[in-house]
Amino acid sequence: MNPEWIDVSYLFAAVCFMLALKLLNSPVTARRGNWLAMAGMAVALVATMLNPKIDSINLGWIGGTVLAGALIGAVAGRRVAMTSIPQMVALLNGLGGAAVAMVALFEFLDALHRGVSPPPTQAVTTVLSTVIGSISFSGSLLAFGKLQELLPGRPLTFKGQQVLNLVLVLFIAGLAFSLLVLQGPTLAAFLLLFAASLVLGVSGVMPIGGADMPVVISLLNSFTGCAAGLAGFLLMNTALLIGGGLVGASGLILTLLMCKAMNRSIGNVLFGAVGSAVASGGASAMAGRQPKSYTPEDAAILLSNSNSVVIVPGYGMAVAQAQHQVKELADKLMAMGVDVKYAIHPVAGRMPGHMNVLLAEADVPYDLLYELEEINPLFPETDVALVIGANDVVNPAARYDKSSPIYGMPILDVDKARTVIVSKRSMNPGFAGVENELFLTDNCVMVFGSAKASMSKISAALDNL
Amino acid sequence: MSLIAVVTVFILAVFVGLEVISKIPQTLHTPLMSATNAIHGVILVGGLLVLGRADSDLMLGIGVAAVFFGTLNVVGGFVVTDRMLEMFKGRKRGKGA
Repeated sequence: MNPEWIDVSYLFAAVCFMLALKLLNSPVTARRGNWLAMAGMAVALVATMLNPKIDSINLGWIGGTVLAGALIGAVAGRRVAMTSIPQMVALLNGLGGAAVAMVALFEFLDALHRGVSPPPTQAVTTVLSTVIGSISFSGSLLAFGKLQELLPGRPLTFKGQQVLNLVLVLFIAGLAFSLLVLQGPTLAAFLLLFAASLVLGVSGVMPIGGADMPVVISLLNSFTGCAAGLAGFLLMNTALLIGGGLVGASGLILTLLMCKAMNRSIGNVLFGAVGSAVASGGASAMAGRQPKSYTPEDAAILLSNSNSVVIVPGYGMAVAQAQHQVKELADKLMAMGVDVKYAIHPVAGRMPGHMNVLLAEADVPYDLLYELEEINPLFPETDVALVIGANDVVNPAARYDKSSPIYGMPILDVDKARTVIVSKRSMNPGFAGVENELFLTDNCVMVFGSAKASMSKISAALDNL
Repeated sequence: MSLIAVVTVFILAVFVGLEVISKIPQTLHTPLMSATNAIHGVILVGGLLVLGRADSDLMLGIGVAAVFFGTLNVVGGFVVTDRMLEMFKGRKRGKGA
């Protein structure tokens, strides 16, 4: 195909991407937006294959690899449980980062092999996309490990960690300087740059707690976008420049929006090491006190005698896959004339909006879901707040205890309801690793057990009343 | 393409990216992250271009890795995003939006 037509196709793809992001701003048009982005991507990929520089000898390799990748990607994308979406996005983002780094490595080796020294722009963007792509790759894999609970979700910190990170950054900068200015391209320096960037990705994400992973993934998503955009300079390719630039910038805005929803600054998320102060006041004050435990039958009687119930679903409900049982219970209560609402914390689940997706999966009507600002004024008039597998997002310490790692995070004021029923597996602290005094207050009762079993039992008990 | 033209394109893309995300409801934060994640899979274009001119086993290996990772990023990303957004269809928002 005439190279000009290829560029026109890239322009078309770029317009599709921009309109797609615009459509993704509203729930009504979001799905169409995603389709539009798919269409743009398909056009860009087909146009690329018509580039005369693609050697027909390699077509077999290209076809086979794309087919394998598409098959695995589609199956994994269809099969992954809705509860595992955050780690899936982390994994896919890491693979994108790896792809950028591979493209940069190829370009570097190619130039080295031919003995040509690339123009400065190309040299600089090769180094930058290698560094950013590698950080994104290893950082995302670590985030995946934390969310998948292959690694402890708690922040992993050690003395001198910040110093190590600073040293790594300086080392990478020094290597880059050496590669670009002093010695010129050498394979050893380039591979060292690769390795140091991978280590920086790991050691940068390690001290960040599991509860903050969504912000980290969003930031690394923006990184991969930037890296892809830089690879656009390397290959002088407008599809990469625009697609990467768009994602780099919009990913950054999204990251800041997420921080705002948690009432934190990005610096606090990245370097605050939430949870490192776990052993402060709260925990010791709770030592020796026992929560009140209720049987599912007691809980059913309490619920059936109330006029208004607010259900607060958390990640515990999601892992137990209990959303269907919760809906069944809510339907029964509503049939008995109880007013039922769902309170959705901005970061309920493990990502903003994650809980909405899970409840939508269980066919919970949208108009029963209330956001934090809407529901908090209603708690004082609520008879029962039913907290299912949520912990940090209902911890009253966030309101007043300045020593608490979650101080300042907006929470759902369930403690203001007349009675709080908490369904929880055990008294273990939540994802942020913080104790919760709510469980010991006078108006709170606990129903221990997996959310799924407890909800089914309460439902059954309601039938037998 | 001249360098200055390339820089212009990139900077304009960054500004569009900054502007296009405005007051999106929290409900859409996860799908939006997932969709932008799929869009940066456009690096697959770069992967195809390098694999297309690989001329040794080593380069072929690197190119195959780039294309494989890029394809997973694109296809997996779009499929997951669509599954999430599928669940929003036909329902009314509680307020606003």
